Amino acid sequence: MSIKGKVWKYGDDINTDVIFPGKYTYTISDPNEMAEHALEDLDPDFAKNVKENDIIVGGKNFGCGSGREQAAVCIRMAGIRAVIAKSFSRLYFRNCVNNGLPVIVSAEAVDAIENGEIIEVDMDKGTITCAAGTFEFPALPPEVRGIFEDGGLIPHTKKILGTD
Amino acid sequence: MGQTFAEKILSKYSGRTVVPGEIVEVKPDIAMSHDNTAAISVTFEQLGVDKLDDPDRHVIVLDHCTPPANEKFAMNHKITRNFVKKHGIKHFFDIEQGICHQVIIENGLCLPGTVMVGADSHSTTYGAFGAFGTGIGRSETAVIMATGKIWFRVPETIKIIIHGEFPDGVGSKDLILKIVGEIKADGALYKAVEFAGPTIENMTISSRIVLPNMAVELGAKIGYMIPNEETLEYLEGRAQKEFEVVESDPDAHFEKVLEFDISDLVPQIACPHTVDNVKPITEVEGTKIDEVFFGSCTNARLEDFEVVAEVLKGNQIHADVRMLVFPASKDIFLEAMRLGYVQTIAEAGAIIMNTGCGPCMGNHEGVPADGEVVLATNNRNYKGRLGNNESEVYLSSPLVSAHSAIKGFITDPRNN
Repeated sequence: MSIKGKVWKYGDDINTDVIFPGKYTYTISDPNEMAEHALEDLDPDFAKNVKENDIIVGGKNFGCGSGREQAAVCIRMAGIRAVIAKSFSRLYFRNCVNNGLPVIVSAEAVDAIENGEIIEVDMDKGTITCAAGTFEFPALPPEVRGIFEDGGLIPHTKKILGTD
Repeated sequence: MGQTFAEKILSKYSGRTVVPGEIVEVKPDIAMSHDNTAAISVTFEQLGVDKLDDPDRHVIVLDHCTPPANEKFAMNHKITRNFVKKHGIKHFFDIEQGICHQVIIENGLCLPGTVMVGADSHSTTYGAFGAFGTGIGRSETAVIMATGKIWFRVPETIKIIIHGEFPDGVGSKDLILKIVGEIKADGALYKAVEFAGPTIENMTISSRIVLPNMAVELGAKIGYMIPNEETLEYLEGRAQKEFEVVESDPDAHFEKVLEFDISDLVPQIACPHTVDNVKPITEVEGTKIDEVFFGSCTNARLEDFEVVAEVLKGNQIHADVRMLVFPASKDIFLEAMRLGYVQTIAEAGAIIMNTGCGPCMGNHEGVPADGEVVLATNNRNYKGRLGNNESEVYLSSPLVSAHSAIKGFITDPRNN
């Protein structure tokens, strides 16, 4: 699987309160509506201009703070197809995997990628290609990759339960 | 080679000896959810399973927006109550009971040597009782409802040893803020954090809870401490089942050992807009405030009420400040009333609110206006956290919050 899209680059310690404000966590249940508020308190231009297949690039500890799953769902529904960061908060990492959104750790790539450029992520080869070059990233553990490959935790579980 | 607490408990629950980095599948003893149960129940129903794997493992507490601020929150509560009835979930606590983590503790459901997960990032709190407590997502909670199971990566462990006695005016909130300020918001990313040392051993239960509660602000998977004597006494006659204390072996391998001496610690303040932007109070003293939020799963327990009442007794809250008070549970509220703390605090001009999470994630009850400054005893001060991204939030101990409420600005309790 290959993902090619425009980069939205942000800094270190981007927290889930600015990705999806807490005031919406119990009032918005429609995933499409969640997308309208994605990154609302970080970058008000994001939700208006993000396109299908775009990619978010963050620094260290991306998605820290509250474990609200909507912070993963909202960017996916907004069109984001991968998040690349130097490191992820563990709950954010899990929430992305569980919603079938690729999370990629590569500090070298993050430093090299420029905001706004078009980059390509090859999930099978484990490579990120940007203007500055090509960077490799390690594969997810097989147990985790299985969830991601089935499209997220819910389809994955249904497959195991035989209810799909 | 011995094992750390995290390695030992995940070995026990997965039925094989594990090392850090491995992925294990375990069956948690408790899975907690709160107002998000409504959304979780919808996901559960998508799984094509009629019954919960084990209704007795689930604890549901309505606390995040109580009483409901509008019809949407009210519907969440209604859907949750219907789900509880339909599936016969006995550990259900409605809106009058309190904040989920505190209610779980008071009801003897937070037990040493158990695995407890919660659809709430502050589920690291349970480590104060020697449990493996960690936050999970909504989808994962739905899957536990269906299968009883969840995966974890076995974490490496960082041991934080605390020495010394708290100076006057300084307490556990100052200590955890100091730690977060030093090792930063990713200082324990994916790791288990074990708090140890004589200081930890001698702290009260309420003070101890503050440390694992905020371990997640270090990025930690769990915060853990060996249950002390007071903790084990508290559980006598309260624990809902038998338990076995699990401790790290003396020869366990810790990835890192950090030591803090608190003998010279001063009150700490987390400044806008991150929890790790921590400064000694001397650097921010005098900052004008508009609101004091005394509440949350971090700091709204009986001993916090005692501290606040002692400061406010015979004083009036500054005319330009609103102080909002949210007891962490109904039991705490009743006890604080019986002991006269509630009377004292209300006489000083504070507003006594209902038990619950209050404005902690900006749903209702005390959302600040544009340009306003809030001094809060909760655990997060991210931009927009209290519901308005044009406001600023500083975090402090309850003691600092009470002194500051009187003066109208951030005030060092040691000078007053």
